[in-house]
Amino acid sequence: MEIADLKIISASVRKEVLKMLNKAGSGHPGGSLSAVELLVDLYNNHMNFNKDNWQDKNRDYFVLSKGHVCPVLYAVLAQIGCIPKEELDTLRKIGGRLQGHPAMDKHIPGIEVSTGSLGYGLSIAAGIAKGMKTLKQDNRVYVLMGDGEQQEGSVWEAVMAAPHFKLDNLCAIVDCNGLQIDGKVEDVLNINPIADKYRAFGWNVIEIDGHNLKEVDEAYTKAKQCKGKPTAIMAKTVKGKGVSFMENVADWHGKAPNAEQLEQALKEIDASLK
Amino acid sequence: MVNVFGNKATRFGFGEGLVELGKKNDKIFVLGADTVSSVAINGFQKEFPERFANVGIAETNLLGMAAGLAVAGFVPFVSTYGVFASGRPWEQIRTTICYSNLNVKIGGSHSGLMVGPDGATHQALEEISIMRCLPHMTVLVPCDLVETKKATIAAADYNGPVYIRYGRENVPIITEDKTPFEIGKAIKMREGSDVCIMACGSMVYESLMAAELLEKEGIKARVLNIHTIKPIDKQAIIDAAKECGAIVTAEEHQIFGGFGSAVAEVVVANSPVPMEFVGVNDTFGESGKPADLIVKYGLKDVNIVEAVKKVLKRKK
Repeated sequence: MEIADLKIISASVRKEVLKMLNKAGSGHPGGSLSAVELLVDLYNNHMNFNKDNWQDKNRDYFVLSKGHVCPVLYAVLAQIGCIPKEELDTLRKIGGRLQGHPAMDKHIPGIEVSTGSLGYGLSIAAGIAKGMKTLKQDNRVYVLMGDGEQQEGSVWEAVMAAPHFKLDNLCAIVDCNGLQIDGKVEDVLNINPIADKYRAFGWNVIEIDGHNLKEVDEAYTKAKQCKGKPTAIMAKTVKGKGVSFMENVADWHGKAPNAEQLEQALKEIDASLK
Repeated sequence: MVNVFGNKATRFGFGEGLVELGKKNDKIFVLGADTVSSVAINGFQKEFPERFANVGIAETNLLGMAAGLAVAGFVPFVSTYGVFASGRPWEQIRTTICYSNLNVKIGGSHSGLMVGPDGATHQALEEISIMRCLPHMTVLVPCDLVETKKATIAAADYNGPVYIRYGRENVPIITEDKTPFEIGKAIKMREGSDVCIMACGSMVYESLMAAELLEKEGIKARVLNIHTIKPIDKQAIIDAAKECGAIVTAEEHQIFGGFGSAVAEVVVANSPVPMEFVGVNDTFGESGKPADLIVKYGLKDVNIVEAVKKVLKRKK
């Protein structure tokens, strides 16, 4: 898919994220908006995954380690036809499939495992990747983490394990939006130099602007070409990207826009395409 | 007389079970965490190196990678010391494995006081409590090597997460290959109707010994081997409550929230009768010889006899 098309899809995904959060009345817009391009390009241009092959043994896997940004995943899954669009209105509602954090027992195509407690996804993805290697299959495994999430010790057990097992079918993406609940990541507990740390542990590291679709697209291609070690894409992003009053504001980590805020946000996103 | 067919640690039953499984099922994958030979999974490692991974001293990754292997369609078995297999990665077990109902089998070796000289840090006494409270989890506590092997094999055929608790020390072998084993089905080891002693793990043998001592005093004790703590055999417990009228539970584990509590949940809701609990009473263990620790912490046949006499005073 061309970059211009991905840009339009990204805008549409952003709008869906904000609309569903408004309807839900709670949820996490900041980190959802920072990961839009990373997921839109992944699902539309790289992953062997669609609504017809979601249980196929040759599919690629995606694990949302930062499970709280599931609105962006649900919106992308709706965009590729895995979730009915109208179901997005049921986010966080009782009896619904679209839980506040991804739930495997709700049988949503694309939710491979329940996530939401930070620091677990990389190990899970490494396990899937090890499984595919054992089966001698070339499925790829993707996992999206947050930068604040890198503070979890369990992440580093997996960072150490993936190169040891030579999991070159594994691609970790770190959404480096620089903010967490209590403020700037560097103030709460600095994780940098994060790229150097991954390199030192034996990873192929690619540093990009996570909103530049061309860079994002190239990074996924390069990751596939790297043999013998896993790849980590360090994506510099903006928390709340695309909505002026949300950008770089930690407070928008975990609150939903009201009707007025939603209207303004949707207008801004539409204007960005002109 | 209690029939004893040998004396060997239950961990070897787990190891033997894995090798047998590995031969007939190419989806069995085993993960260790630096304790590979001491938890006896080195046999599988040797026979099936391509389906084995040592993740090092990293138990959260151990359970996380096992979860991923289950997502990929394998039947992963992990094993390390019980404290580290159940306690440290508890939230991974809860949120990743149980919530997703993943087909991960957890072998908690080195359970109980009988770990001995290593002391309290390594004596797992809480796994039954912290595993049985998790939705989707199945908890098995086999009584000897033969039953541990059967439990391991049964776990592979049982869909969903399973925790198998076993130990490091030699314990008497009191079951045979021909003894039936079914997850969720208690085994009546001895007939009796004056009182029922219900036990799991190493305490099944002590319970049988206690029943021998009681017999000499004219007390006929039924002994149930409840190897499956969850889902527990409600019918066997209710029948025993009705037919014996008094129950003593015995476990090499904390009393709070453990096996006895699981039995009591069934008893009080269905057929309340007096109960006594033999187990570790809200304390940590310490270094010492296994046999001495069992005496000091009150987990011998004589302690069960004492509990039976106490409960019989309250029997109506």
